[in-house]
Amino acid sequence: MIALLIRDMKLGTRAGGGFGLGLAFFLIVVVLVPFGVGPETGRLSLIAPGILWLGALLACLLSLDRIFALDWEDGSLDLLATSPLPMEAAVSVKALAHWLTTGLPLVLAAPVLGVLLSLPAAGYAPLVLSLLLGTPALSVIGTFGAALTVGLKRGGLLLSLLVLPLYVPTLIFGAEVARRGAEGMDNTTPMLMLAGITCGTIALLPFASAAVLRVNLR
Amino acid sequence: MASIWQYANPKKFIDTTDRFLPWLSALALICLVVGLVWGFFFTPEDYRQGSTVKIIYLHVPSALMAINAWLMMLVASLIWIVRRHHVSALAARAAAPIGAMMTVIALVTGAIWGQPMWGTWWAWDPRLTSFLILFLFYLGYMALWAAIENDDTAADLTSVLCLVGSVFALLSRYAVNFWNQGLHQGASLSLDKEENVADVFYHPLLVSIAGFVLLFIALVFLRTQTEIRARRMRALLARERLQ
Repeated sequence: MIALLIRDMKLGTRAGGGFGLGLAFFLIVVVLVPFGVGPETGRLSLIAPGILWLGALLACLLSLDRIFALDWEDGSLDLLATSPLPMEAAVSVKALAHWLTTGLPLVLAAPVLGVLLSLPAAGYAPLVLSLLLGTPALSVIGTFGAALTVGLKRGGLLLSLLVLPLYVPTLIFGAEVARRGAEGMDNTTPMLMLAGITCGTIALLPFASAAVLRVNLR
Repeated sequence: MASIWQYANPKKFIDTTDRFLPWLSALALICLVVGLVWGFFFTPEDYRQGSTVKIIYLHVPSALMAINAWLMMLVASLIWIVRRHHVSALAARAAAPIGAMMTVIALVTGAIWGQPMWGTWWAWDPRLTSFLILFLFYLGYMALWAAIENDDTAADLTSVLCLVGSVFALLSRYAVNFWNQGLHQGASLSLDKEENVADVFYHPLLVSIAGFVLLFIALVFLRTQTEIRARRMRALLARERLQ
């Protein structure tokens, strides 16, 4: 398992592995927003938590098809399937590797980009915390979507269509935590809901992902 | 021994549904005509909403069936996963476009009603939003069916998507409640009479709901038959090509 994790991390961070892609996309979204809505500090700080969450989500979506596509093409996915490692574990490791190479950098970059959007000072801690809690769920749900569409030639559009509605609850609660935090309100309830979604998806979705992957490898 | 599983045989399914289909369709038509005509022309206008209230006879049944169609797909998907009856998977596939259409009808009639009443075509109200999400689920489900060539693989994958999607649809339903306060009124119907709409509107509404349910069943039967026949045809063609 650890070997698989290290391998996926290496492949992910190497050039062409999509490591920079998500981050660059996140940066582009955040930099372009002020041009779109105007540079007033008040307005920017109002929408900053939502934009940062949305940017992180889209950046995550962008890198999803890389989770299985390359392994599918060169056949290492078949090797994984026949290895003694249960498919559920392999899928979880894949999701973890995706989170470490995509989700975690986004979480770390978010406060820096928050400065660009003049996020209120009180908003930084809740923003990072909500992203830290929420992005693992994005990775796990995305792994499920990627497993569904792995056998398709051009599954990119379908993948986004399938994953988008699945992302809605995570986005709602995550953005709510960040927004309430930025406005100095109590955000315990959405925080607990977000943590609940993340724990639930981590616990249950790998079984579904492994099941569909087995079907696809049949 | 008669059991429901004997209809898992495609031949038996087609024979039986063929017998019921004319009756079901006729009954659906009668219910729809009676319910809608009664509702549109023989009920008084609401004292606040005027004649716009009459859209309820399309809006409520279609919204109801949009959710019920997904539930039916969920049950059919479970049957496919557990017992692997092809008719069940095909029925789930057949129901999806109907459910999506019902969602569209509910959204459009809601928008038409909302324009004069709420002064807006669309509001990010929890019910409206969850219906939009439900529509996205239908789209994704149908797209996945269409994208995969192997029938069994497609059936397996869409069944799992339906299961996972159901959980997330339910989750979204409550998440959007949390996210925005509603503009939409409460349920028009419920089993305890307290919060029902007034009787003059209630009776024609029940008839048109019955019409929509019957229409849905008839359409699912018809489309499932079509799917079975299309698959049989493909198999025959493939066999011919081999010879």
